Parts: sequence; C-alpha cells; structure tokens
Amino acid sequence: MGGAHADISKHVKAYIGVFVALAVLTVVTVAVSRVHFSGAGNIVVALVIAAFKASLVAAIFMHLKWEKAPSIWWALAICAIFFVFLIFIPVLAVGELPPQAQHGMWDVVPQVGAAH
Amino acid sequence: MSGGHHDHHHDHAHHPELSFWRKYLFSVDHKTIGIQYALTALVFLFLGFCLMMMMRWQLAYPGKVMPVIGNLFGEGNMPGGVMLPEFYNALGAMHGTIMVFLGVVPMLVGGFGNYVMPLQIGAPDMSFPKINMASYWAFFVGGVVMLISFFVPGGAANSGWTSYAPLSVLATRGQTFWLLGMVFLITSSLLGSVNFIVTIIQLRAKGLDFFRLPFFVWAQFVTAFLLLLAFPPLEGAAVLQLMDRLAGTSFFMPEGLVVSGVPQAYAGGGSPLLWQHLFWFLAHPEVYVLILPAMGIVAEVIANNTRKPLWGYRPMVYSLIFLGFMSFIVWAHHMFMTGMGTKISAFFATTTMIISIPSVIILTALVISLYRGCIRFNVPMLFALAFLPMFAIGGLTGLPLGLPASDIHLHDTYYVIGHFHYVVAPGTIFAIFAGIYHWYPKVTGRTLNSALGKIHFFLSFVFINVVFMPMFFQGMAGVSRRLYDQTMYAHGDAVQSLTRMSSWGAWMLGLSQLPFILNFFMSLAAGRKVNQNPWEATTLEWAAPSPPPHGNFATVPVVYRGPYEYSVPGTQKDFFPQHLATEA
Amino acid sequence: MSVAVLPYTVKPHPVTGVYSGKLGTWLFLASEVMLFGALFSAYVLLRVGAPASGPAAWPSHDATELSWKIGGFNTLVLIISSVTMVMAWASLKLNNLSKARMYLGLTVGLALVFIMVKLLLEYIPKFQAHHTPSHSNFFGLYFTLTGLHALHILGGVFVITYFIFPGSSLWKKDPEYYTNRIECTGLYWHFVDLVWIFLFPVLYLL
Repeated sequence: MGGAHADISKHVKAYIGVFVALAVLTVVTVAVSRVHFSGAGNIVVALVIAAFKASLVAAIFMHLKWEKAPSIWWALAICAIFFVFLIFIPVLAVGELPPQAQHGMWDVVPQVGAAH
Repeated sequence: MSGGHHDHHHDHAHHPELSFWRKYLFSVDHKTIGIQYALTALVFLFLGFCLMMMMRWQLAYPGKVMPVIGNLFGEGNMPGGVMLPEFYNALGAMHGTIMVFLGVVPMLVGGFGNYVMPLQIGAPDMSFPKINMASYWAFFVGGVVMLISFFVPGGAANSGWTSYAPLSVLATRGQTFWLLGMVFLITSSLLGSVNFIVTIIQLRAKGLDFFRLPFFVWAQFVTAFLLLLAFPPLEGAAVLQLMDRLAGTSFFMPEGLVVSGVPQAYAGGGSPLLWQHLFWFLAHPEVYVLILPAMGIVAEVIANNTRKPLWGYRPMVYSLIFLGFMSFIVWAHHMFMTGMGTKISAFFATTTMIISIPSVIILTALVISLYRGCIRFNVPMLFALAFLPMFAIGGLTGLPLGLPASDIHLHDTYYVIGHFHYVVAPGTIFAIFAGIYHWYPKVTGRTLNSALGKIHFFLSFVFINVVFMPMFFQGMAGVSRRLYDQTMYAHGDAVQSLTRMSSWGAWMLGLSQLPFILNFFMSLAAGRKVNQNPWEATTLEWAAPSPPPHGNFATVPVVYRGPYEYSVPGTQKDFFPQHLATEA
Repeated sequence: MSVAVLPYTVKPHPVTGVYSGKLGTWLFLASEVMLFGALFSAYVLLRVGAPASGPAAWPSHDATELSWKIGGFNTLVLIISSVTMVMAWASLKLNNLSKARMYLGLTVGLALVFIMVKLLLEYIPKFQAHHTPSHSNFFGLYFTLTGLHALHILGGVFVITYFIFPGSSLWKKDPEYYTNRIECTGLYWHFVDLVWIFLFPVLYLL
C-alpha cells in the first residue's frame, strides 16, 4: 500500500512541510497577481504556481511519491492526455471564428469588403 | 494468490436465503444485475422502435390520420389523429435518446458486459458489487425521468438527441427532464465504468494474462475508459444548460438573440458552439461505445462457429486501443458546417480519416477469420456474419461525411441518418441479437428455437436494408433530416416514394421481431435444456454451470492457454478450453 | 471455494500492487478531472469570446467584487483540512482510532467553515447586490464552478461523518480495511482541495 510501512513520522514531517509550502505559495499567488505582466503573463504565472501546488498535494498528500502501482500511473497518464484535448481544442477553435462570432456579436452585419 | 480472502462486507456465505427484494430487485450479483439491465434495455429498445414506427407514418403519409391508434395521443400531440410537428420533433429526439442511452449501451455494457465479463475472466463477481447495483438503479431512475417527460406540459424534449443551444435552452419543460435524466444516466455510466476497469485489472483468474483475454473483454475494457473519460464533459455541459434554462445564465446564449420578433432577456456573451463542442466531445466516443462491445460479441461468435482461432488477435487488440484513443480527437467532424475555420476542420478531417484504419483492421481480421473455417451456420453466426457487410456499408458511407468538402452537401441530410443507422441498426443491433442467441443458453440453461431464429434473422436482414438503403439516395437528393414533412419541398416530394419504402420496411421489420419475442418467452419455459457448454466453446464462461450459481465457479479456474484454441493439432476434440490443464 | 468472496479488497493484488478500492478511487478522480476540466474549458472559451464592451463584456476585478482575502482565507482552510485528513490516515496506520476520529472531525469542521464563509460572506451578499448567475457569464461561471465544488465538499463531509460515527465500527472487524477506506476518502478530499487550488486564482485573481 504505497510505502505505508515506511516510517510514518517521516511522512508526518512531509505533511507539515507541504502545508507550510502551500500556505507560502498561496500568499505568493496573491502577491504576484498584483504585478501586471504583459499579455498572458499573469495567467501563465498563476497557473504555474497553482500547478506546482497541485503537484505537492498529489505527490505528498495523495501519496503518489510512494505509489508504485503501474495501473494508477497509467490511469493518470491517460487522463492527462485527454484533459489536454478537452481544454485546448475548443479554445483553438474560437480563434478561427469570424470576428462577429468571436466576440458574441451575432447580430452585427459585417461590412462588405471588411477584412477578417 | 495472497491471503486475505476474508472479505467482511460480503456476507453471503453466512446468510440464509435472501428475501425476494434482495435476490431479484436489489441484488448485488453481477448476473442478476446483468439480466435487469438487459430486460430493461430490451423494453426501451422496443419503446424506441415504436416511437420510430409512429414517425414513419407521418413521414410516409404526411398530415394523414394515423389508423387505429391515432386518437390515443391526446389533442396536444395528435389532434384528430394527425401528428403535430412539435410531437414529431419530440418523437425524433426521444427515439434517438432512448435508443442510444437507454437501449443499446445499457444492453451492451450493462447487460452483456455485466453478465459475461466476470465469467470470462474467471471472477466470482465484479470488484464493487454494491456500486454495480447502484449503477443499475441510477440507470432505471434516469429512464423513468426520461419517460415522465412525455407527460409534462409541452411534451418531451424536442430539440434533437443533440439538444443544440439556443433552441434547447428555449424549449419546453421536457428538455429540463431530458437534462436531469442524462445526469442520472451519466452517473450510472461512471459507476459502471470504474467497476469494469478495476474488475478486469484486478480479478482475472490465475494465468489469464491480458493477451489471453477474450476479445469481448478487451472491447469492454476500452469501452469503459471511453465512458469514464468522455461522459463527464457532457455532465458539465448538462449542468450549464440547466443553469441557462433554470437560472437564466447565458453560457450558450449569444447577445442580442431575438426569437419570433421578441428580444430574449439574457445577459448574453455565450456561445452556442460551446454546447456543441462539449456535447460532441462525449457523443463521438459514445458512438464507439455503441460499436466496440458489438465487435466483441461478433468476434466471440465468429471464433466459436468457425472452429478456428481469430485471425490477427493481437492487431485487433492494438486496433481497439488505438481506436479508443483516436475517438477522443475526432469530435468536431460533426461541426464542419459551423464555420470553425479551415485549419481546425483540416485537423479533424485528418484524425477522422486516421480513425478509419483501426476499424478496417478489425473488420478485415474478422473476415479473414472466416477463411478455411469449418463454419456452423447457426443463428448467432448468421447475425454475426451479417454484421460484417452491414458495418462495412455503415463505415464506408461515413467517409464522405468525414471530409469537409463532401460534408457540405451531405450534412444534416438523410444520408447521415442512413450512415449511422447502418452502423447501429444492422450493425450493433444484429450483434446484440447474435449475443442473445449465443448466451441465452448460459443464462437460462435452455436454447432458443433455431427455426424461429432463422426466420427472425432472414426477415430482419431483408427489411432492415429496405428501411435504410433508400436513405442514402434521399440524402443525396437533398432531403434534410428532422423534417416533419419533406413533401413541402419539391426535392423532397420527388423522392417521397423512397420515404414510403422506408416506412413500409420499418413496419415489416417490426413484425419480423415477433418470432423473436415469441421465441424468447417460449424458450424460457419449453426450450431444449442444455449442459454447460452447448456451443463447445473455449472461453471461461462455458466452464460454469448454465446458469451459473452465486459465485460462478465450483472451483476457481486457472487459465492455461489463449481464448480461441480451436482445432489445435494433436488434440482429440476441435476445441481446447482455456481452463483445462490437459485434455481429459 | 464456491462462495462469492472478493479478493484484493483489503490486501493489494500481488501483480498490480494496489487494492481495488484505491484503483477505483483514482479512476473516479480521473473522471472528475474531466468534469471540472470541461467547466474550465467553458470558462476559457467564454472569456476569450466575450465582447469587448457592453453588458456581456467580461467584468474587471473591481466590478466582480470578489474578495481575495475571503478567497485566500478559504484556500488556507481547505489546505489545513487536507492536512488533518491525511493525519487521520496516518493515525490509523499508528493504530490510534480516537486520534484519527479527532482529525476526521477537524476535517469536517474546517469544511463546514469553508461552506459557511462561502455562503454567508460571498453567496448571500452577492445575491443581495444582484450579482446573480444570470447577471453575466462571469457570475454564471463563478456560481456554477464554486457551487459544484461546494457540492463535492458536502459530499465529502457526508462520507467523512459516516466514517467518524457508524462507519467506525468497521475498525473493530477489519482495521486494515477501515484504514484503506479512509485513505480512499482522503484521495477524494485532496482532489477537492486541488480543484480549489485552481479555482482560487482563476476566479479571484485573474
């Protein structure tokens, strides 16, 4: 059962350590959001920090660091791949719509000869 | 196996005889649950078929009074026995919904999967029996919610089984019931798919490696992954649509929407395309859910009745896995006409062409498996053989739909209806019949009558083609789908004779099911009794008694060889079951 | 052995190395990733597609009146509840049922704090200020995403409470089985925390 027979007190130290890290990173997330990066910078930074926090939770609280069962890793890998498809492709599709549809202006009639 | 067999939440060994409720209704035995699923699904398939037969009256004789039963549907639906367009739309939407979600998938996965898979892997039951039971009852509740929707003011959902926004958001109350019903059905599916995956990974008998699994089990395994990962986006989308309908949100409602001259009071900024993306993200893998277990059944029946191993078992398995993976990245081929743009359309057209490859590999392998076989033309084999060319027609007619240029002409026409019905009706449904005739002896201990079965087969085969073949030509002539009365248009009127042909074919197809229904019930009481392996098959379910008792196997089976060891040189009989150490 | 006794419910499978409940829980979590993923995908699509101005434009931070302080507080509450949840499992591994029940109780308590803060300091004031789901897609998504998340929290509260009270009788019959079930509940709970870790910056900060 995933390293459970290792010293539990070592685990507990890891739990406390991750808690401190998560608390600090939460503060960092808020602080960094006050700084204005160009373009999509804020989004990238926020998501990177969130992803790092999530991986700490997954690795330590959810015991993935000690998880040797291949079936669980397969399940996660398959899920990750399809998650990527789910997130990205509809977004890519939006960019291809003509301007009216892109910004929800379904009732605006395009001018003849207007550039796309 | 390791110790720890003492499973404290499974007390059946120590209980006295279970009450009626615990034994037949709230059973946790996979076989009882499988039968519950199968019987419920058969009822829904019958109901969905009846809805279609009613639609076909309106299509063949638009605006005419329906004979005999026309006045049974109320003034709100069929005043004076003539079908209203709204009712036609409700019949259409519910026919699709019921057939796909309440009929075929519960039959293939809930029925056949639940009953046969644990037996084929040598397990005593599913990994999570109580969750199995919960998944059946969630399905049942979802079905009831769907049926109730016919009786609410405004009738059942009428925005197509695809429920496109904004029409579905503005539709009558039945659509809310549809969405709620879907939430129950999706929950049922999720519970079931977790169960199937864990069971196949954890509870295989000793010696049953993955590449010794029957192809049917592989098909159920891949299907379970499709259900697990593809359904949640539809659940999310259903929640969003419920919010739009009930809480006035604008997830799918664009700004400035005007309906019949009335501006709609939505904040706007929503995207109807968002619904389409989320819906088809599920609905495309869903169609592979419809076909993969069917291919699994056909593979079992073909191997058994050719008395030789399946040709290309490994390529078939790899194709299954590849097909499952690809099915997640083709969905927008249903959306070529939405103005997505050429780059995205090209991506999806490419993936759609690629996905045809594993399908063809599987079909070709099944055909080659027949070569130099010692073919037994019993009833399951007739249905399995018919599946091959019928699925081929269905698959091939999909190609012009998967290419954007030809899809421009064919999208939303009867060509599409012909295409997908060929895959599901003479495809999947024939596979279901093959499975019923093949496994009925295992479930009941009796065989179905063969003469009635052959009548059922030949009549069904003829009439199902009469129904669906004309649709390709109607579609190419430009007749739109979901059309209450095609004779309103000159191009529709010109091919009305084809419509009539389909309708008469459908009614005759309905009559052709009578021998089957008769056979099904008669044989329960008076069918020829059989021993545990009447088909002389090799897979593990035939090592259990017919029907298997609680716990399935008298002794836990051990597997010594692959699933299709037929006509092995040096053996006395022409089949070598998986669980026999030596030929005794 | 003709009786339906299911192996690998408590002890792990010798080849796969996992007991069935844990594999099942991870698979369920994979489906939950797809569920929340679909809603995040909707968020992205709607935000990118929102008009530049007018009633359907995406609101600025001040217009949303979402307090990062409340959101940040709730984030910490959930993180602590994740710690107490995993400490409950650790206590069971050290054979201490009463400590485990205390930690489970703390987890439930923190979860209820989260819900109360959300309800009293966020949802109700928003409704009073007419920032309802129908007001704009931002609020539509805010309420749907956090509402669905809150329903998951309530589901977790229900399960954990069951294990504190009636479910704890399983400890006497089969302590390892009980520990496993707490581990699986923990996996679900950490996942709910994980979703919030993404929801907080996306809704409150970006």
